[in-house]
Amino acid sequence: MDFFDDIIIDIKQLTFSRGERYICKNMDIRIPRGKVTAIMGPSGTGKTTLLKLIGGQLKPDSGSILLDGDDIPRLGRSELFDAREKMGMLFQSGALFTDMTVFENVAFPLRVHTKLPQDMIRDIVLMKLQAVGLRGAAELMPSELSGGMGRRVALARAIALDPALVMYDEPFTGQDPIAMGVLVNLIKKLNQALGHSSIIVSHDIKETLSIADYIYIIADADVIAHGTPEQLKQNDSDQVRQFMRGLPDGPVPFHFPARDYETELMEGR
Amino acid sequence: MRNRGVELGVGIFMLVGAIALTVLAINVSGLSLTKQQDTYKIYARFENVGGLTARSKVTMSGVTIGKVSNITIDRKKLMALVEMDIDGDVDYLTSDSSASILTAGLLGEKYIGVTTGAADDEILKEGDFIEDTQSSLVLEELIGKFLFNQASE
Amino acid sequence: MAAIVNNLALLGRFALDRVAAIGRSGLILMHAIIARPQPLIAFPLLIRQLYSVGVLSMVIIVVSGLFIGMVLALQGYTILVDYGTEQAVGQMVALSLVRELAPVVTALLFAGRAGSALTAEIGLMKTTEQLSSMEMIGVDPLRRIIAPRFWAGVISLPILTMIFSAVGIWGGLLVGVEWLGIYEGSFWSNMQNSVDFFDDIGNGLIKSLVFGLVVTWVAVFQGYDSVPTSEGISQATTKTVVYSSLAILGLDFILTALMFGDL
Repeated sequence: MDFFDDIIIDIKQLTFSRGERYICKNMDIRIPRGKVTAIMGPSGTGKTTLLKLIGGQLKPDSGSILLDGDDIPRLGRSELFDAREKMGMLFQSGALFTDMTVFENVAFPLRVHTKLPQDMIRDIVLMKLQAVGLRGAAELMPSELSGGMGRRVALARAIALDPALVMYDEPFTGQDPIAMGVLVNLIKKLNQALGHSSIIVSHDIKETLSIADYIYIIADADVIAHGTPEQLKQNDSDQVRQFMRGLPDGPVPFHFPARDYETELMEGR
Repeated sequence: MRNRGVELGVGIFMLVGAIALTVLAINVSGLSLTKQQDTYKIYARFENVGGLTARSKVTMSGVTIGKVSNITIDRKKLMALVEMDIDGDVDYLTSDSSASILTAGLLGEKYIGVTTGAADDEILKEGDFIEDTQSSLVLEELIGKFLFNQASE
Repeated sequence: MAAIVNNLALLGRFALDRVAAIGRSGLILMHAIIARPQPLIAFPLLIRQLYSVGVLSMVIIVVSGLFIGMVLALQGYTILVDYGTEQAVGQMVALSLVRELAPVVTALLFAGRAGSALTAEIGLMKTTEQLSSMEMIGVDPLRRIIAPRFWAGVISLPILTMIFSAVGIWGGLLVGVEWLGIYEGSFWSNMQNSVDFFDDIGNGLIKSLVFGLVVTWVAVFQGYDSVPTSEGISQATTKTVVYSSLAILGLDFILTALMFGDL
């Protein structure tokens, strides 16, 4: 397990609930530094919530999230502000600021966190846009971009400050195959070139398996399996097999819980 | 430049607002900057102020020389005590002036009309009283008197 | 029995939700007011919001002000002419506009024009995760998004109200003097005799300031607190218009009673 010699995020005994429902319960996750870690699971299991917990946007009921030794839920406002400088997040919808140009969107985190002179900000922004292949689109408004391009701009914005950790929330959802291929390559390339750690939250098995170094599968508010892609393919638990192969029925039932089929049909008479 | 248009628009917006306020102030409320002058207070007691209110005009020969600032009851004499703010440049109200409560038109608002007397030497100052007053005409009292006279004839 | 208990529980939960919502909106208001943004960043943002909230509302305000002034003069004339006091049209138009109609109608139009737009815009930003991503970058969306919009609303409404009054009185002048033939001198002098700058125009301004605060508060809160779906945004927009209209009319009564009640 040489992966875990150097970990960037250590989640211990994390519990978070919404109303009566547990999103995670005593969850333990460790994210190795410099690797691509995927967190997978069926829709609605709170994977996005987990990212928001790491980002400090939500506070857990109990447990700790250590980012380089700082316990995120217990940070004060200004410490959290500093901690967020180390994180970049790519939102599911891209979340570009619609009232700014592409250039200003990428420059935004730089202007907030640094006091760099204008020409330096300009150089950095152009470099980041070049990395995602959209330097030519710098002066466009987000509404003029296609979905795939928008997500690439959002990626450029997420890496603008050269964060130690980049979080991707469902990066592949709703993309056409070409845009998806571009994104997969980009995430992998950027991870290698810039040396940051990546967390990918996704339920797209094929794409995620192709770039992830380590995978956590969560369901029912806990981690049900973790390991390298190879290890997980060998995993013989029913739940994991159903998810990895995309079988319609299994421990996660196809049918929403209901009364007996026959009885209900007969009742109508 | 798009930004310039926005700034220009906001500038025009603010200016139009300021102009509207000025127009309202000067044309509509008749606020004039020169009118912001000193006033002095004089008092008068009336049997009945009947509908006179604070902010009513005080006039002399029909020209406004001040306004009513407060109306209370004089506890000793049990009469209405009217406090008036008279413009500072009105320095010709004599101590034997008389004040009467008049009505503008048949149904109009009440105001105070002041007429000066003959004594030139004693000019009213801050805090002085106009002793000679004539109360408001109260329609009910007039009718009452009229009926009483009719009956007694 | 169980049904009654259930309904009671529902009612209690509903009430608690309402109280919690009021609490949240109060916190947002506090935050927006207390937030001391850096002037270099905040000023351009405020200008931009003044443009979209104030300048873009000007056309509807000017047009409605003009027509309301004209209608007031026309209605007033037909009544006052029976008493031979048609010169009082000016006074009537000015007083009803400055004290009552300008603040209220402007605020209602503002709630429909700018308030709903604010709610929809903020709601959409929430739906598209722009608020979240701003937070992740380390910028408080309450400061960056909410505060400039809030202040733009509070500044704009009194200005719009003044414009409404001025245009309305001009409309009254058009109908009264130009069309119905009231003598212009008595039109103005009656008006100037009865309208007091501080008591009437000043109180109208105070009213519009209060309305501006309430309308933008409601709009901003509904947007920020909306359910991030297209249905949620449409509900929030409707709520903005309904709640702020009710608040305007209710507050108008209270303010009028406080300001003019003793006259």
